[in-house]
Amino acid sequence: MKGKIVNVAGPVVKAKEMKGAKMYDLVKVGEEGLVGEIIELKGDRATIQVYEDTTGLKPGEDVINTGMPLAVELAPGLLTSIYDGIQRPLPKIMDKTGEYIQRGVEVDAIDRKKKWEFIPVVREKEHVRGGDVIGVVKETPIIEHRIMVPPDVGEGVIESIEEGKFTVEDVVAVVKTDSEKRELKMLQKWPVRIQRPFKEKQPPEIPLITGQRVFDTFFPMAKGGTGAIPGGFGTGKTVSQHQLARWSDADIVVYIGCGERGNEMTEVLRDFPELKDPKTGHPLMERTILIANTSNMPVAAREASIYTGITLAEYYRDMGYDVALMADSTSRWAEALREISGRLEEMPGEEGYPAYLASRLAEFYERAGRVKVLGSKDKNGSISVVGAVSPPGGDFSEPVTQNTLRIVKVFWALDSDLADRRHFPAINWLRSYSLYLDRVKDWWEKNAGKEWLSLRNEAMALLQKEDELQEIIRLVGPDALPPLDRVILEGARIIREDFLQQNAYHEIDTYCPHQKQYEMLRIMLKFYHLMKEAVERGTDFEKLRGLKNKEEIARMSKIPNEEWEDKFKQIEKEMEDEIRRLMK
Amino acid sequence: MKGIKYSTITEIAGPLIVVEGVGEVGYGEIVKIESYGSQKMGQVLEAGEGKAVIQVFEGTRGLDTKETSVIFTGKPMEIGVSTEMLGRIFDGKGVPIDGAPSPIPEDIRNVNGFPMNPSAREYPRDPIQTGISTIDGMNTLVRGQKLPIFSGAGLPHNELAAQIARQAKVTGQEEEFAVIFCAMGITAEEADFFMKDFEETGAIERSVLFLNLANSPVIERLIAPKVALTTAEYLAFDKGMHVLVILTDMTNYAEALREISAAREEVPGRRGYPGYMYTDLAQIYERAGRIQGKNGTITQIPILTMPDDDITHPIPDLTGYITEGQIVLSRELHNKGIYPPVAVLPSLSRLMAEGIGEGRTREDHHQLSNQLYSAYAEGCDLRDLVAVVGEEALTERDRKYLDFADEFEQKFVRQGRDEDRTFEETLNLGWELLSMHPRSELKKIDDKYIEKYYRG
Repeated sequence: MKGKIVNVAGPVVKAKEMKGAKMYDLVKVGEEGLVGEIIELKGDRATIQVYEDTTGLKPGEDVINTGMPLAVELAPGLLTSIYDGIQRPLPKIMDKTGEYIQRGVEVDAIDRKKKWEFIPVVREKEHVRGGDVIGVVKETPIIEHRIMVPPDVGEGVIESIEEGKFTVEDVVAVVKTDSEKRELKMLQKWPVRIQRPFKEKQPPEIPLITGQRVFDTFFPMAKGGTGAIPGGFGTGKTVSQHQLARWSDADIVVYIGCGERGNEMTEVLRDFPELKDPKTGHPLMERTILIANTSNMPVAAREASIYTGITLAEYYRDMGYDVALMADSTSRWAEALREISGRLEEMPGEEGYPAYLASRLAEFYERAGRVKVLGSKDKNGSISVVGAVSPPGGDFSEPVTQNTLRIVKVFWALDSDLADRRHFPAINWLRSYSLYLDRVKDWWEKNAGKEWLSLRNEAMALLQKEDELQEIIRLVGPDALPPLDRVILEGARIIREDFLQQNAYHEIDTYCPHQKQYEMLRIMLKFYHLMKEAVERGTDFEKLRGLKNKEEIARMSKIPNEEWEDKFKQIEKEMEDEIRRLMK
Repeated sequence: MKGIKYSTITEIAGPLIVVEGVGEVGYGEIVKIESYGSQKMGQVLEAGEGKAVIQVFEGTRGLDTKETSVIFTGKPMEIGVSTEMLGRIFDGKGVPIDGAPSPIPEDIRNVNGFPMNPSAREYPRDPIQTGISTIDGMNTLVRGQKLPIFSGAGLPHNELAAQIARQAKVTGQEEEFAVIFCAMGITAEEADFFMKDFEETGAIERSVLFLNLANSPVIERLIAPKVALTTAEYLAFDKGMHVLVILTDMTNYAEALREISAAREEVPGRRGYPGYMYTDLAQIYERAGRIQGKNGTITQIPILTMPDDDITHPIPDLTGYITEGQIVLSRELHNKGIYPPVAVLPSLSRLMAEGIGEGRTREDHHQLSNQLYSAYAEGCDLRDLVAVVGEEALTERDRKYLDFADEFEQKFVRQGRDEDRTFEETLNLGWELLSMHPRSELKKIDDKYIEKYYRG
């Protein structure tokens, strides 16, 4: 079907003679065939958001409707790729058009020529249904790509299946159902705006270990959970997101750079092939998919980028993997939404954002979760979503932050005061929260230690108390406080400086295993209790100030991960001896 | 339709005109407007069926709906670029205003440019020595970075920018470099200051100036940085030069953006600025950078004056989200008579970490700057405390930090307008100041560096 352009204004194009087109159909606009999507229909007129620069587009040029929605290609070869917002591989675009991204470039998301070694895991005559794995491909040295029967296929029997080297378009198996004979290829497609189906949601009970102490111990994220990191510029959103992408113990990481800096994507592209996953020892890139739609790339593709990302994440979830998805930043996505909405002359809601901002955000985050996946076997997969939010002026009362907080269960509040003091990660411990504390408690108790939650809560209480005492200090100065209060201050200071602070650029400190986190906190709190006991027994506080072991405690985070257990025992003992000596 | 003259203007409002009965008009194409013998230039903002909305760069004064005619060029805004542009002065559209004829173009470029492919970028790592301690020591600028100066009305941002342009160099390398200066809505006096400065130091020879002054057409401001950056891209990536682009004042640019948006009756975002301002600014700032396999670089120093010194105002706010850090000027330091009044605590260079250290600046740079930062921050905190409890309540140690903060401002921050400090000098100065403190206070520095550089 062919229509004609009648109006062009920025990324929004109106076309006539479009009767029969459906909402969200993919269209090719103008002589260059720019990619667009139908977002409004009135009579025979369609409004189209175009994913590429529209300069030079003229009324009267053709609009061709593909009749298909915007979809992503799913097949081996996704991992280690870097795509733009509509799944065009950036390196291939570069081969075609050079250093700058030109318009109307058509490139396949998945390499059509590459042959993959397909190993069947089912036999002929075997019964299968949508979601079942029929074979595997070694996609990268650490990830086995599981080829599944598409979700829309009902119960059937494998009529034929072949082992060998195939391209993604070759037929690898044939399934016969009551209604059809379906040829299965490794390549599948799925529309990005529709959630991929699953059997049922499961409660998220396993923490997503990130190796970041303030996240894991204080405000834990669950596998299948949702979280947000809001913060003004310079507070470390992107560093936090990068740390999560690097060290999360997920199987697969999807990183969406949505409307952010070009150099930041370059940094990821340069670092991830070099950095090693602590679990497998392989480069992080082998489990990562990057989506880069930087701030200067077309705004409509920015809107699509998070859907592209989450659909890829769902595909790996359906294989039974734990996927972590980072979106940096959802504010830029919301702004893209606002820009398009403005061009449609829709009635604006708060701060010019469309009224449907809240529901779109909720829809997106709802695609996260730990689920029982389709197929005849009982298998779980999960998607954890962490969205960065960039509130204007660092003011959390703005619509994107507020609407996000209504949905997500973990709130990591970045604080510019902390960042100014170079306390990183600049997570404000009094404002942040995690609603997964109780859910992940069992896991921590089993895998780290019995007292996990009580240690964590005690540390929080100490920090809370410190905050109250700070008020008093501001009025009377620190020396006027009674010794017991000064012990509280000292205890809280240790937690703040030596536990909550973590150096992302330090070779060892960048990743802290969960047992080490537990032990660090336990020893720090023990130290605090001993100091308290000493003061209660009449030891002079000034003497406690000069304790030698304080420096040892401060260095705990930097002790290599192979030797910390012994060293910690030693520190604990020496610390106890030192204080006991003072008490005598 | 291209080349045909239309006299069918139906509406003129603010900087916009609406032409009806036109043939196929391309979105974003450039139009020539003739009215009573005078010529103006405009750009299509909306291309409809037989109708086009055009923004006029020079403003709509003197246009009417009867005699004025419009010719569509069928092309987006393009300029001719050439190395001959060095040493010349142009208006915001790229037309020479120094009396000499237009340089012969070596290539014709679309001023909107295209987004750089993130896969093609090279991560910026070469430190630039600006000779200014607060920048070199604490917020190092690297080639290919975009580092704005957040200033306020009446602060010496121009002097600072001129000093950077004068002194900036990569040590140990003799490479071709150029300065592109783009003025948007600044006064003739301010522009004069820059031109004089460039002339006196001979910098004019390797500079290209694009001047849109306070009395120049407002809408031209929207095109000026694009023209400047298109020239920069040519010099950097085609001719292999290291280009420093100074854009001043981005606040005026944003005001022009708001004016157009209001004239088009668009839904306003925060404080009346259009919702797409982030994207629009990004399309300017993201043109800084480096490309794999190419010699040249584009480093940007945009200057903006924060309305009422408010860093949360949409212009500095959106800028800060796009740029790789910011240099913030402080009115308090300025009032103390300290030049350059760089507020070290809120300033930041995001690309510093990889641009410094052994083989780039000096091995101790990283830890030294962390230590200076935290010592100065502590001193500043204590100033607040002293205001409440008085200096007597402080311990001996605290008093040292208080003194340190003063010394830091007087010796490290303060420097002469022509004082060009090397990295070495800046870092040694830092050590000199830290030597006020006992060694045990230098917790952020490894012993081996203390051994080598500490002089207390």
